[in-house]
Amino acid sequence: MPKVTIDGHQIEVPDGTTILQAARMIGGPIVPPAMCYYSTLKTSGGYCRTCIVKVSKGSEKDPRPMPKPVASCRTTVMDGMEVQNITSPEVVEARKGVVEFLLLNHPLDCPICDQAGECHLQDLAYEHGMAKTRYEFERRTFEKIDIGGKIKLHMTRCILCYRCVKVADQVTNSRVHGVMNRGDVAEISTYIENVIENDFSGNVIDVCPVGALTDKTFRFQSRIWNVNPMDAHRDCPKCAGKVTLWMKGDVVARVSARKDKYAEVIDWICNECRFEKKELQDWVIEGPTNIERHSVISQNHYTLKEPSHKPVLNAVDAVDSSSTSNSGN
Amino acid sequence: MGKNLLLEHDHVPGIQSYEVYRKHGGYAAVEKALKQLSPEAVVEEVKKSGLRGRGGAGFPTGMKWSFLAKPEGVARYLVCNADESEPGTFKDRYLMERIPHLLVEGMIASSFALGAKSAYIYIRGEYFYVSRILENAIDEAYANGWLGKNILGTGYDLDLYVQVGAGAYICGEETALLESLEGKRGNPRIKPPFPAIAGLYGCPTVVNNVETIAAVVPIVNMGGDEYAKIGIGKSTGTKLISASGHINKPGVYEIELGVPVEEFIYSDEYCGGIKNGKQLKAVVAGGSSVPILPAHLILKTANGEPRLMSYESLADGGFATGTMLGSGGFIVMDEDTSIVKNLWNFSRFYHHESCGQCSPCREGTGWMEKILHRILHGHGKLSDIDLLWDIQGKIEGKTICPLGDAAAWPVAAAIRHFRSEFEEYVKHPEKIKDVQHYYRLNSLSEA
Amino acid sequence: MNNIRFSDESLALVQKMIRRYPEGRQKSALIPILHIAQAEFDGWLSPAVMDYVASLLNIQPVEVYEVASFYSMFNLKPVGKCVIEVCRTSSCWLLGAEDVIRHLEKKLNVTVGGTTNDGMFTLKSVECLGSCGTAPMMQVGADYYENLTLDKVDTLVEGFKSSGKRKSYTDKPEPRTI
Repeated sequence: MPKVTIDGHQIEVPDGTTILQAARMIGGPIVPPAMCYYSTLKTSGGYCRTCIVKVSKGSEKDPRPMPKPVASCRTTVMDGMEVQNITSPEVVEARKGVVEFLLLNHPLDCPICDQAGECHLQDLAYEHGMAKTRYEFERRTFEKIDIGGKIKLHMTRCILCYRCVKVADQVTNSRVHGVMNRGDVAEISTYIENVIENDFSGNVIDVCPVGALTDKTFRFQSRIWNVNPMDAHRDCPKCAGKVTLWMKGDVVARVSARKDKYAEVIDWICNECRFEKKELQDWVIEGPTNIERHSVISQNHYTLKEPSHKPVLNAVDAVDSSSTSNSGN
Repeated sequence: MGKNLLLEHDHVPGIQSYEVYRKHGGYAAVEKALKQLSPEAVVEEVKKSGLRGRGGAGFPTGMKWSFLAKPEGVARYLVCNADESEPGTFKDRYLMERIPHLLVEGMIASSFALGAKSAYIYIRGEYFYVSRILENAIDEAYANGWLGKNILGTGYDLDLYVQVGAGAYICGEETALLESLEGKRGNPRIKPPFPAIAGLYGCPTVVNNVETIAAVVPIVNMGGDEYAKIGIGKSTGTKLISASGHINKPGVYEIELGVPVEEFIYSDEYCGGIKNGKQLKAVVAGGSSVPILPAHLILKTANGEPRLMSYESLADGGFATGTMLGSGGFIVMDEDTSIVKNLWNFSRFYHHESCGQCSPCREGTGWMEKILHRILHGHGKLSDIDLLWDIQGKIEGKTICPLGDAAAWPVAAAIRHFRSEFEEYVKHPEKIKDVQHYYRLNSLSEA
Repeated sequence: MNNIRFSDESLALVQKMIRRYPEGRQKSALIPILHIAQAEFDGWLSPAVMDYVASLLNIQPVEVYEVASFYSMFNLKPVGKCVIEVCRTSSCWLLGAEDVIRHLEKKLNVTVGGTTNDGMFTLKSVECLGSCGTAPMMQVGADYYENLTLDKVDTLVEGFKSSGKRKSYTDKPEPRTI
């Protein structure tokens, strides 16, 4: 089992572990931010470049440093590898650049965006961005479109993380949307008016890191910090039926999949659970959701679960216990 | 003196046809490789030759070949990169159009060396007419027993196909090329794994440039050691140079590596000097991606040594005072050329050709083009020059593939060597007389 | 499907293309087949044509849209019979590509990207076509027209107009003097 050192923290990890996964096992501020990587989606990651790190020592066998910063989400740990993330001023500077690029054409319409408060780009900009933009040109815009009866695509906000494309490929049984065109006019689209109708299509909403894909049954219903997340389940023939209900008083305002502390979906849920089951009697309530990801949602109403920033000593167990089942088809 | 290993017969009438090519010694390398040498021996000759990739990166070909994984029962592929799209480069088109059988012959000898049973030539879509010439040559090679089953009775089987692209510079990047060959968008793959381990259809694959594969023919014929005697130092053999711009004799020249740049520009054997008796201002020596050098630095290194047409000499001084041999796309600019406008033209190109997959390139290339456009129109600020410098630095080395570097380097070099020209545009916008409405921003939505 | 069907000749060519790739890798033939389709169906790829190609290769239509929209040689909107593509990069640009483009805009009374009212010409400016030593140049269908002068451009345009024929990348090229 290879040993890797990230910003001075050493950890032993299973073969094939990426630098990002190893950093998540260590936890704390040394974990690189990730906008496109998604641990349960195969071939995800590598695009956004926010998780880039410096490999100052390649391995015990070949100690040469890697010539360029690498995407930690797609680079496998080698035994003896030494990685610098927040301890490298170059990495911090480069990441600032990446954040600036991601925000270049982003509309910054956070005040009216449903994703505000649970938006990864917001957090990323806050934590790693610059105080002001140097971009003085008109921003790129696209028309908002409906893709299916319940999903709104607001392409202007998209950062092209490809997660929704990979969900369609890997979780649903057919893909009708994809990436059209290229360069800075590349867009997520169905190309022709086409409806995404599939039992699991709603999961694209949960994986979207920004407000590009939103739940039409929840749009403009409530700020996310004014609804209360509750864990609930039902006996669903299509999916595991384990969800988070976002309650506004006694009303189920939104149903989403449950997410882990990196905001990754634990179990994919079906569209029936997500869009159709909006009555309290549809669900067995388990209790308030423990929000592990620090965010505006966790600040007021709920007890924050103790963050585990302590290094995990036995990483194999950590991997086993964190491996989640995918109930997608 | 020009040394012709590849273009020895390019002016022989009918050399496009099998009969004439064969009469001039064609397919001798395949005969020798298949009948007298083992695949390992061919790889060994290529290693000894010191041949370096002619597409731009200059990586030693023999070494690249030796990285090819050879798991039992898994197909291996040789793919020829004929996507030639680096602005200023047209040597591969010339070679394929004039002597198509040389590439076919090189493909057979190289495939044999690598143990590939299927090989593809991926050619850019715009070269459709050249693909027909190649297909014709391949048909002739099949008809004469150089392709297909049991070639020359040796038991070696090989099928060779031509695949056309459809307009995307990025497909010259080897993993984007493989994606395109698989019928997908030309998005470069994240490496590792490298194609030598998992390339076409996930199988071990070697991707080599047209000229590289063609060079295998003389290497097999003359032996690697003999080939290595040609050229200078680690720049062995000959190189096709695509010469264009403000020169009297544009065209493709085969040079022995090591020819002085000054001789290449001014001698009648090559470019024949600057057009209309003008002075040389700058040269982009290896295709649009490599750093531009002002006249004094392209003719002589910073140490005052004559600059030579070789990998090492052109790179002498690093990017501070040197450049790269690259693809050999040699673009010459005379004294009247505006470096700022030329840079904008290049930046528009990279903006247009970014695949859009990773954020620094997707967003940064367009941003740089817009700033240059603003400067050209007299609306620039002095801070724009530093901003451009900063943006290119935030793209370089941060992207999935080298297109980011290719977009960044020309910006950095133009500012490094011609900063005062940028300042002139900013400080004296009233002097900008020739700005026409037609300096359009790039638009992908055109037609 | 919408009466869209390749000619028997094209269909045979399509089958030949597919056989070039290993079993199960028929998608590799997508780009060559889209070229055939564009040439056969009026010079552009309509959604119906792309759906037809998807059915031939047994892939999702979106996989065809993604690819067709990525590559600059595929037209996703109707174009004129002759698409004139003038190289605008690097050496062509140094040696007068913009003059050629401006001249053609005036001559054809269109702006870059536009199609003439009679549906005969579409004018495009494109990135480097690998003909820098014979700059400036343009491509129409399969053919490269090099060392352009404005007079030469006029003659060529008149020739295209009087022939009235559609020009495609897949055409048999005109004989070249090289």
